Amino acid sequence: MTLGKYIKVFDIGLQNTFVYRWNFLMRSVFGLVPLAGTVLIWRSIFHERQADVAGYDYRSMVWYFLLTVLVDNLITPTEDEWQIAADIREGQMSAFLVKPMNYLGYRLSLYASYRLLYTVVTLLPIAALIWYFRGFVVLPSGGLTWLLSAVSLTMAGLIQFFIAYSLAMLAFWILEISTIVFILYSFEYFLSGHTFPLDIMPGWLQGALRILPFSYEMFFPISVFLEKVKGEQLWSGLAIQTCWLLITWLAAFTMFRRGVRHYQAVGG
Amino acid sequence: MKRYLEIYWIMLRNSLIREMSFKANFILWMAVELLWFLGQIVFIEVLFQYVDRLGDWTKWEVVLLIGTHQLIGQLFQAFFYANVANLPELVRTGKLDFMLLLPVDSQFAVSTRQFGLDNVVNALVGVGIVIFALGKMHVVPGPWQIAMYIPAVALGVAVHYSIMFALATMSFWIVRAQGLIYGYYNLFNIARYPDSIFGRGVFRFVFSWIIPVIVVANVPARLLGRIFDNPWPLLAHLLGAAVLAVGLSRALWRFALRRYSSASS
Repeated sequence: MTLGKYIKVFDIGLQNTFVYRWNFLMRSVFGLVPLAGTVLIWRSIFHERQADVAGYDYRSMVWYFLLTVLVDNLITPTEDEWQIAADIREGQMSAFLVKPMNYLGYRLSLYASYRLLYTVVTLLPIAALIWYFRGFVVLPSGGLTWLLSAVSLTMAGLIQFFIAYSLAMLAFWILEISTIVFILYSFEYFLSGHTFPLDIMPGWLQGALRILPFSYEMFFPISVFLEKVKGEQLWSGLAIQTCWLLITWLAAFTMFRRGVRHYQAVGG
Repeated sequence: MKRYLEIYWIMLRNSLIREMSFKANFILWMAVELLWFLGQIVFIEVLFQYVDRLGDWTKWEVVLLIGTHQLIGQLFQAFFYANVANLPELVRTGKLDFMLLLPVDSQFAVSTRQFGLDNVVNALVGVGIVIFALGKMHVVPGPWQIAMYIPAVALGVAVHYSIMFALATMSFWIVRAQGLIYGYYNLFNIARYPDSIFGRGVFRFVFSWIIPVIVVANVPARLLGRIFDNPWPLLAHLLGAAVLAVGLSRALWRFALRRYSSASS
């Protein structure tokens, strides 16, 4: 069965990552520092303001940020783009081209195994945090919301992965991709809802953000989960997200096909 | 001392020559840093739509703080970042051996090889923001304030350096240390927040004394923007934190070197 080999890749990915468990542990511990900073700054803001901020109170704000950390671990690719770019730059791509395996499928399996392991390793500190803030937790009321948030989250993960993959493909043409990756990354960071929930931004910006892909990388699935988007907005949002999924998939697919034609197999 | 200055001058020249041969990259890196900085300003702009002040900090004082943080962070990056970030790789591949053989202090040798000119430009952007914020606050700092601000900025750079250096030194024990660089960014993420938000708890104690990231930008910003505050306790805190951080990271380096067994030889 063709699926079998991708499952094997998934397994290798798990083992590979587990070798560097210290790296993981450091990441999950240090990752909590900015979260603490965020919680403290919002505590200070709500203390000063004595009123809600665009429909959020202190509790729902903290819950929002806890969810961003969880989602970040679940779906945000960490080293995938660098590894892919290195495969191309150092000529290791040659080995994949002769294998009866789709490179996108191979990478997707690795991505899935990284994400699974990250989530498992960071689950303990996050669970402890959620327990600490347990009074702030609000779960969706209906099964449909659970289902739709899971669908939206999966799409968000795939969009993030396809974007990272497409960017890494630039390494077929240029040597140094890190600047381009970081430029896009800064847009993703500020516009996907990492720094603050997007609905506290000025109205005109929110209109633009509904069209752009960034909010569908993180903010939208969380809003679905929090039941902040409902009815017509929910369905149109899911439709736009599906469009972005298709566009980014197409980009990933085409970039690879074009890139391989340009490929020079350095060192091989 | 004079010898070290001469060596540093030569390395500085070399890295400037190298940098100028990749002009497009130079400009792109500058753009990356500027984007991050703009994002922070937008963040403050959004927050202050909802409040007038955070503790005893007004909006423009927070902008002054962020400009100062930019200045300090970028100066650190210009002088040290690339070198310290490369340390785990030196340890992993065993290239550290060559550094240890050089007839200069080993910490000096690994910390000063490269210099980032783009970061200097971005540090100047930070200075611009600081001046702009002072204008909005209608504060004109006297020669005294400026005379204290400059060494305070230097002490801040020293704290950045020591913390990152200590993290990188961990690579003697942990082979893959990208997580450490990630750790640096995460720790200094809170350095640009006004100190008043941290309350009086354990968190504040840890991050103002043990890993003193909170004082790095807050102290210089207060020294410059608050003419009527008593500067001495602030300056003493920053000085104490910097001396402690530099001393401890140096001790850690020496301890780590003693157990270095080199790779592949």
